[in-house]
Order: sequence, then structure tokens, then C-alpha cells
Amino acid sequence: MQIVVDLNRCQAYAQCVFLAPDVFELHGEESLMFTPAVPDGQQERVLRAAAACPVQAILVGEPAGPAAR
Amino acid sequence: MNGVERIVVVGASLAGLRAAETLRAQGYAGSLTVVGEEPHPPYDRPPLSKQVLLGRVHARDVGLPRRRAVEARWKLGVRADRVDPEERQVVLADGEHLPYDRLLIATGTRARPWPKPAQAALDGVLTLRTADDAARLTERLDAGPRRVLVIGAGFTGSEIASACRERGLEVTVAERGPVPLVGALGGALGAFAAAAQRAHGVDLRCGVTVTALRSENGRFTGADFSDGGRIDADVAVVALGAVRNTEWLEGSGLAAGPRGVACDAGCRAFTMYGIVTDDVFVAGDVARFPHPLFEYQMLSLEHWGNAVAQAEVAAHNMVSPAPRRRPHLTVPAFWSSQFGLNIKSVGVPTFSDQVVLAQGSLQEGRFVAVYGYRGRITAAVTVNRAKWLEHYQYLIETSAPFPPAPGAADRPAVPVTVPSDVPDPHLLSHGPTVALTGHLPDRHLTLVRHGRPGPPPPADEETPG
Repeated sequence: MQIVVDLNRCQAYAQCVFLAPDVFELHGEESLMFTPAVPDGQQERVLRAAAACPVQAILVGEPAGPAAR
Repeated sequence: MNGVERIVVVGASLAGLRAAETLRAQGYAGSLTVVGEEPHPPYDRPPLSKQVLLGRVHARDVGLPRRRAVEARWKLGVRADRVDPEERQVVLADGEHLPYDRLLIATGTRARPWPKPAQAALDGVLTLRTADDAARLTERLDAGPRRVLVIGAGFTGSEIASACRERGLEVTVAERGPVPLVGALGGALGAFAAAAQRAHGVDLRCGVTVTALRSENGRFTGADFSDGGRIDADVAVVALGAVRNTEWLEGSGLAAGPRGVACDAGCRAFTMYGIVTDDVFVAGDVARFPHPLFEYQMLSLEHWGNAVAQAEVAAHNMVSPAPRRRPHLTVPAFWSSQFGLNIKSVGVPTFSDQVVLAQGSLQEGRFVAVYGYRGRITAAVTVNRAKWLEHYQYLIETSAPFPPAPGAADRPAVPVTVPSDVPDPHLLSHGPTVALTGHLPDRHLTLVRHGRPGPPPPADEETPG
């Protein structure tokens, strides 16, 4: 599972940081940093974070490219 | 579908990927080939100068999620050598010919190399554009260099310097312009960026150029500056902006050159005579297109969001009959994260003559700067105030008057409007994220080509006809 956050949309509501702190963190006051390759065991939390994002900036999906590795 | 049965996408990064997905979402069921020079599947570049350099994420773990399966043939690790628009085929470096009914050019940019090849090849001299670049640079930073030299204080250079300071590394930034970020945000905000760099311990040297990279036994050891200064350093990162990947289009007859590939509002490429094609499309960093909000000037945007939006429009138009085609009208937007600051922008800050601090304050480090051109709002930049930005996007889209009307929260008692001090738009600057590439009326058509020997950047300006 991979994620990408549209940081043009992100307004640092930080719901994802509360729901999946191992994947999302605020760097400084409002710069979001995320781990693009979701670690094992975090999938459920990441899906909840994506659903909770008030501006729907988090895209979750299988890795792009030739047949998933 | 409209006789379109074979589509080739050249470029397998963000724009190429999103275009391929959109083609399938539009119901295109024919053959689809995606060609990429890098061996990696599509990945996300913004984290490379942030999470990756900080060591939080490995450079090989920045793959992009897909929106849907694309059932494409992926030709990765192979360059496209040329396009033959008459035969309608792309010729790859491995000799394969790919015939197309529609071609999408999404070849993006690459890091502008240090102009002196012998110095550029030194051990310890790096650039940052690809995941492999980021892996190499991170490895160097992990080794604990005594000092890092960053050449160029655009967004990439500034983010690299920020990561170095956060790791506790000594860093010198050499910038030819008067302040950092001047090519993207103008001098007024650049002065704020300069203060932020210095407050974080960066040895920032503006108004200087690097005259030589010194070495011992093929290893980089330090640099000399045009003001007579010298430093010793173990790593040099060349962050002099990007070069558009258009050389492979030389001889194609397309309007392709150092400023990108010109296209219309529907992403259809122009030929060098200004005639629009109907089977070749362009998207992403390599495209230059007219935008109605900015007087139809040709814009080249090195923006993540533009790559996505333009790829979607291009793909839609590639498989749609003429009356159903859409224009690419998205308001440009980007972000940067550096020195604890979240910098976000909408509109085109360099398309301005004045700027006003509309909300917040520089002292606090939280504010909105609004840019105007001839009395209307053309851009806004927030620092640590992202939630305020959307409002200004609406004002830009509706050509609201500049300066903005009073009433906003946290407005300075007496907002001061000052010149935005942006570089002359007809000059190619080494580090803009937006290049306004409109022609000057007193110039004749000149064919501009890549790679002709010449002085280092920014002297690759159009020759007067």
C-alpha cells in the first residue's frame, strides 16, 4: 500500500496525525510529512486517516507501475 | 474510439502516470505504452528534498499510489530518442519503434548540471532531482560532512540547506541573486527567506557566484566565490534549477526548446510554425501553455499540482472529439517546507508589480502576502497560514482588485504595499518554479536550441532576431 498527500490541498487539520502517528507527522507548525510506503500493520489506520481528512487530500492505492511488486 | 487505437506516453513520472490512468478512466481500451528513462516505477519527487534527506524515508520508498489499474506496457529504463511525426512513431534508444495515433509528451525536466564538466564530475559534487540522486546525497549527509555547499537558493537548494541544518550539519548557501527564492517569490519575500536561513545558522552568501570547485585527487574539497571568499566543504549540491527534457524532439518540427514544448490551452502541441497539431499532446513540467488569468502568457510550471491537472486534461482531450475538449485552466499552486516554515502559493507571484502583507506579520513568521499586477490580484503566498490561502484563490480567479479589500482577520494596522521586485520575466532565471515565457514584441522568431556551447546559466536567453 502506497500513499501520497496532495499538499496543495492539505491545510494541516492534522486528523491523520492523530489517527496514524507512525505514518503522518507535522513538521514545524503545519508542514505535513508522510511515509509513502505504508508500513505493515498500519494499513487500517491509514485508511481511517484518509477517510477522516477534512479536505480529502490523502490518496491510498496499490503501487503504480508495472504489475504490483 | 475516434480511430484512436494506439497511445504512447513518453515520461513515466507523475504526469505520465496520471494521464495513463485518466485515459483508461475515459474508457480508452486500445494499446497504451508508457516509456520512462528512469528504471523506477512512477514515484513522488517532493519528499526527496524533505523526508528523504532527513533520513525518515528511504529514497526507494517514495513510490506513488495508483488511482486505478492502467493495463499499460511499461518500457522503463529506456530513453525515447526521437519522434517522427509524419510516420507517427516514437523511436526508442533500444531501437524499438512505437507507432501511435496519439502521443503524450511528459518528459519533464532534469537537474541543471554544474557548467564545468570536469568539476561536475568530482567525487562529492551532486545534484538533486531523481530518487537515485536523493539516495546518493542522503548517504553523503549520513557520513557527517564537515560542511555542505549548496549552490543556488531556489526552493530545492533552500530545502536541502534546511535538511542539513536540521541534521546539525554546517552549510553554506551561495546565491547569485540578492536573496533566496527571488526567482519564484520576488525580492520582498526573499528578504524574509534570507532572515529565516540565517536564523537557522545557514552561512548564506547572496550576490556571489561560485567561480571554482576545488579538488584533491578527484575529490571535492571546497569552493571559491566571486567576492574573493573561500570555503572548505566535503559535499557540494548544485541546485541551479531545471533543464527541460526536449532535446529528443529536435528535428521533430515541434515548438520544443529550452523553455519547453509549446501547446494550446487544450494541451495540443504546436509546431515550430505555431500551427497546432491534433495528435501530439503535452503535460507537466515540460509543457508551456497560455493561461487566460495571466494575459495568455506562455507559462511553464514546475509544480506537482500542475502535472496532475494538466495530465488529466491532456488525456481527456486525446480521446475526445473536438467539441468535447476541455481547456487547462487550473490556478497554479505549490508548496515548500523549509526552516520550520510551510510556504504555500496560489497564482503566479512573478506575474506582479506590487505585493502587500495582507494578514499576519513577518515578525511572527505567520502571514499572507498578496501580489497584484496593474490593480488586480494575481497571486498569494502564505507562510504557516495555509487555511487562509483558499480565499485568495477565489480572488485571483475572479480578478479581484489589488490591494485586497479590508476586513480580513489579523490584518496589519496599516498594510504597506511595496514593489514585488520580481525578476524581468523575459530572462530565464536559474531557479524559477514558474517561467513566464511570453515573447517580447520587438523580437523576431528565433529557433532556440539546447546544448549549444555557451556561457553558464542564465545566459541561455533568446538571441535577438
